[in-house]
Amino acid sequence: MRDSVKMWLLLFAGIAFTAYFLGKGLTADNYSFFLANRIPKVLAIMIASVAIATSSLVFQTITNNQILTPSILGFDALYVMIQSIILIIFGSSSYLLINPLLNFSVATAIMVSLSMGLFLLYFQRKNTNLFSLLLIGIVCGSLFSSMTNFFTLIVDPAEFSTVQRAMFASFNNVNGELVYWSLIPLLLAVGYLWRLAARLDVLWLGIDNARSLGIDTRKVMMQVMLLISVLISVATALVGPVLFLGLIVVSLTRQLFRSYHHRFLMLASTLLSVVLLTGGQWFIESMLDLETTISVIINFIGGSYFLLLLMRNKVQ
Amino acid sequence: MQHVRVILSVAVLLIMAGASLLIGVADISADRLLSADPQAMSVLLTSRIPRLLAICLAGAGLSIAGLIMQQIVQNRFAAPSTTGTIDCALLGYIVSLVAFSELSEWAHLSVIFFFSVAGTLLFIRFLQRLKFKNTALVPLIGIMYGNVVSSLTTFIAYKYDLVQTMSSWRIANFASVLQGNYEFLYLAIPASALAYYYASQFSAASIGESFARNIGLDYQKIVLFGVILVAVLSSAVVMIVGVIPFLGLIVPNLVAIFMGDNIRRNLPWTAYWGTVLVLSCDVLGRLIIFPYEIPISMIISVLGGMVFIALVLRDKSNA
Repeated sequence: MRDSVKMWLLLFAGIAFTAYFLGKGLTADNYSFFLANRIPKVLAIMIASVAIATSSLVFQTITNNQILTPSILGFDALYVMIQSIILIIFGSSSYLLINPLLNFSVATAIMVSLSMGLFLLYFQRKNTNLFSLLLIGIVCGSLFSSMTNFFTLIVDPAEFSTVQRAMFASFNNVNGELVYWSLIPLLLAVGYLWRLAARLDVLWLGIDNARSLGIDTRKVMMQVMLLISVLISVATALVGPVLFLGLIVVSLTRQLFRSYHHRFLMLASTLLSVVLLTGGQWFIESMLDLETTISVIINFIGGSYFLLLLMRNKVQ
Repeated sequence: MQHVRVILSVAVLLIMAGASLLIGVADISADRLLSADPQAMSVLLTSRIPRLLAICLAGAGLSIAGLIMQQIVQNRFAAPSTTGTIDCALLGYIVSLVAFSELSEWAHLSVIFFFSVAGTLLFIRFLQRLKFKNTALVPLIGIMYGNVVSSLTTFIAYKYDLVQTMSSWRIANFASVLQGNYEFLYLAIPASALAYYYASQFSAASIGESFARNIGLDYQKIVLFGVILVAVLSSAVVMIVGVIPFLGLIVPNLVAIFMGDNIRRNLPWTAYWGTVLVLSCDVLGRLIIFPYEIPISMIISVLGGMVFIALVLRDKSNA
């Protein structure tokens, strides 16, 4: 099958699932209430799909491998930890926490600088092999989330779980107010990546090749990493950390499509991610009677898939 | 020199133990105890002493479990929390709550034990098949395996409305230990004694299967025996206290850095430092936001995560 045919199929499936998601059980009486709830949720899923899929894709490009993604290396958890640091500095009732827009801007600004540091920590070290890097990344991620718990508990021991639920989004608990605002940084970041796409195509040939073809690799990598931090902040602020979604989506995209053009792959992986998320939601609601959440399924499938990749990648 | 070290260590342990007995919301200062105040005595006997014993047993037990695991997997980053043992134990716990809720606690413990043995053996069999082994690959696969198992656990928890219960065991806390509900932890004593007795066999197994065979040992039997000991130690802790992440990983490694690789000599020290570490983290957790408590697993996971990263970075053989 040609790539474009697959793309149309994906688009069709995406629209079908989204329509099902929006339209299920709507009647003339209840539509305004249902839609007011569902539209932000669907929009959040779409924004998160764009952000997670493109950021994972270009992260693999600048690190030149097919197994690392920002969330596996703990960048999502870093964003959540920044939120808890803001909480510990300003207290749980401060304006900075309650106003979603201000909170998001401040947290993203901190996120950009800290994630640059983390990126340099991971990739500046010579002679670290891929497995050690992955191990350090995973442990860093779990360290960040334990620190988040720790800080949150220190600030508000009596209402620990309430504060946690209110502050940290998940797929069950989409951060509604932020949805429309986060379109702006999302579009800016994706637009900039779109402009860089041609250079990323060259970068995928390997750093040395890209350099000899006249790309300022360091500059491109730094720009892309900055954009990735913004995208991760958007996705994590809206739906919380999703450990394996980026990995599944990007790997599946690479399996399905032959193209190596970043513009095409960005579109394809986004569509795939929308299809997987909305389709997964449909599967849970109709097949499993809503007895679980989509993150459980993503963790199960993604974890198994990651194990498979680790084994197949026996010798690097 | 050896004697000085032993005396100093005992003194440190006694001071920490005294602190652990005296610190808490209910005021039981030393002079109230000496005058045999009945209320202070009852707090001491039903809560503080059981808590101290539980801390010692869990800290020593999990650290020894980590040491054994590192020998039989032949990897210094192997520990109950990085080989899926703990996650399988949690799966067993939830299965036992769902399927055998009316049976006794011993039945629950047996189910947990069965799951952690089966899950760990599955992991080890799988590792033995893997041709290419890298020091970082083994814990990486183990952590991922644990993730997959724990998503199964969460799935079951959602289905039977046990999410709240489950998240309370994921966070280890000694605050709930009272007289009458921690006694399963005494299983750590015979298990540790057996580990000490068979230490040389474990260290033979750690050199490799062919070496162990050459000196006349049944390698697979040693591995099975080690897994059983590890599973006993970890399932008792998981059932009574909860998950204490990374403890079994960092303590044996730190002891080995300072004392070399002789297991029989290191084993008591591993148990000792495990106890002291858990004891000091527990006391710290009671002091930071007094009168509230920070669960021990939160402190250990922050500390353990940092030490783990430092150990991986330090690991030159990986470069």
